[in-house]
Amino acid sequence: MVYTLCLLLFMIGLYGVLTQKNLIKIIIGLGIMEYAVNMLLIMIGYRHDGIVPILEAGMDVKKFMATAVDPLPQAMVLTAIVINVAVLALSIAVAMRLYQKYGTYDITEIRRLRG
Amino acid sequence: MNIDLHTLLPLAIAIPLGMGFILPLLGKKLTRLADTLATLATALLVCLSVLLLIGLHQAGKPQVYWFGGWSVTASGTVFGINLVLDGLSALMLVVVAVVSFAATLFSTRYMDRYTARGKYYSLFMLMITGMNGCILTGDMFNLYVFLEIAAVSSYALVAFGCERDELEASFKYLILGCVASTFVLLGVALLYAQYGALNMAQLGQRMSMVAPGRGSILALLLMLSGLGVKAALVPFHAWLPDAHPSAPAPISAMLSGVLIKAIGVYAIIRIVFNVYGFNDQLGMALMVLGTLSMVVGVVMALNQWDFKRLLAYHSISQIGYVILAIGLGTPLGILAGLFHLANHAIFKSLLFLSAGAVDYRTGTRQLEEMGGLAQRMPSTARSSMIASMSIAGVPPFNGFFSKLLIIIACVQAGRWGFALWAVIVSILTLASFMKVQKYAFYGQLKAKWAQVKDVPLIMRCSMALLALLCIAMSLLLIPGLKAVVLDSARDALVQGVDGYRTAVSALLGAGS
Repeated sequence: MVYTLCLLLFMIGLYGVLTQKNLIKIIIGLGIMEYAVNMLLIMIGYRHDGIVPILEAGMDVKKFMATAVDPLPQAMVLTAIVINVAVLALSIAVAMRLYQKYGTYDITEIRRLRG
Repeated sequence: MNIDLHTLLPLAIAIPLGMGFILPLLGKKLTRLADTLATLATALLVCLSVLLLIGLHQAGKPQVYWFGGWSVTASGTVFGINLVLDGLSALMLVVVAVVSFAATLFSTRYMDRYTARGKYYSLFMLMITGMNGCILTGDMFNLYVFLEIAAVSSYALVAFGCERDELEASFKYLILGCVASTFVLLGVALLYAQYGALNMAQLGQRMSMVAPGRGSILALLLMLSGLGVKAALVPFHAWLPDAHPSAPAPISAMLSGVLIKAIGVYAIIRIVFNVYGFNDQLGMALMVLGTLSMVVGVVMALNQWDFKRLLAYHSISQIGYVILAIGLGTPLGILAGLFHLANHAIFKSLLFLSAGAVDYRTGTRQLEEMGGLAQRMPSTARSSMIASMSIAGVPPFNGFFSKLLIIIACVQAGRWGFALWAVIVSILTLASFMKVQKYAFYGQLKAKWAQVKDVPLIMRCSMALLALLCIAMSLLLIPGLKAVVLDSARDALVQGVDGYRTAVSALLGAGS
């Protein structure tokens, strides 16, 4: 059920990227897509009533492995967040420069390259 | 001579990464130092990749480097991230290194028209890091990370001139590229959810034990779409005709020559052959995508009058050839596809560099405004003619042999329709390049170009180097060289999922 909601969020973000005319709204749509994928990744690692995946001294390893939440998707999400921040920064910088050159954020008017 | 591959292998990523961090520190005053350092770094990469190729041939089997000492446990669970050097990776490394070297040589003078040279080289080096990492890695998520490193650097490099066209092209490329990367990440996430493994060898093993479920098929579709955007396959090609012309010429050469191959085509074929396992439906899908790219690319190119936009459409077309050949699945088809991949890197980057040279001296990319430039720029014209004949498939240049092999492979596999399309597209490519050569270099010398000189020596040298390679790479079909370079690359793919798995670790046997 949660996975369906994550994918729905992904679709909403994709819809935003595909249909919006404002550059900033497209970037926001992209951000929503990325959030959806990150949430999906974390949800994949979830275990019902799971404990934090930190092995403390004196813990039984087998019991730990059976109850801990999967840490690997969390590591993946951290990396993905960093990548997304970089892309977000670059896209906003390009959008700002585009505004300086074209005077508008509207993509229907930023269409000099064609054919 | 004993080559220690385990020390050399991570250097392929470490050298450009280190350079990428040092070079932006060299500001406006030290641009010549930035040029020299960048040239040295790429020259070092060329030597390193050739050493790795020779060392691999000596060792006889694929080499694996595990990061941080983490490795495979005795029970067969993979804990670390690894770099895998097999025939295909070695070939791609050499191709990336050679084209990067030529592009760096060219940039030392071409980028005089732009500012922020240190940052340019930094982004350039990061792009090379991303590509090398993508080629070498044996882990799916690591593939995504390096893919993003290369892609984000290329988004910034396309926008480097900060003019209207370049920013628009960069934004379009950025949005499409990001959506594509998100698709790839979603595919990796779904695969992890289903099989609990990120390492390519382990993933292949776990996938081969069960029939493909809906999860893995959805993941494959997502990844093919995402990587298809990166490889500029039709219908995912919309960013390429805008992005490649807008970038500075050496970056166009890198983008078209190696980036779409290293992060697009290479990633697709690695996933299809060594993780999922090749079957006929996948092959047919690849062949259809390839043929579509071939035909659409060349038909759109016939209409173009902007030199670099025309070259960009031809890139789409030639990548279609590669995907078609690899989609055949037969050993000859795979060999032909990989040979054409390497050849295309060389002659397409040479074409973009010569377009850049013409742009450097005349200030225009429109074919109708050029004319008779061969009289004033003889060296550029010669290199451009060699590259045009290569792409059109004229013997004895490398393009002829690889296209011939592709057509023979299609015929041998019984795919007459695809072979016919390949021949038609080849004829149309020849027509298109005859037009380019006539309008740009031959014909009447227009009065306004009567005073242009040829490009500086170092730019001519880099183009001459690539032109020599265009001729020399035909020799790669000689049995001795073929065994070292092409056959080992083909075998890396033909061995499929099982061969890849045993190559990575004997501990990943059946079970687990």
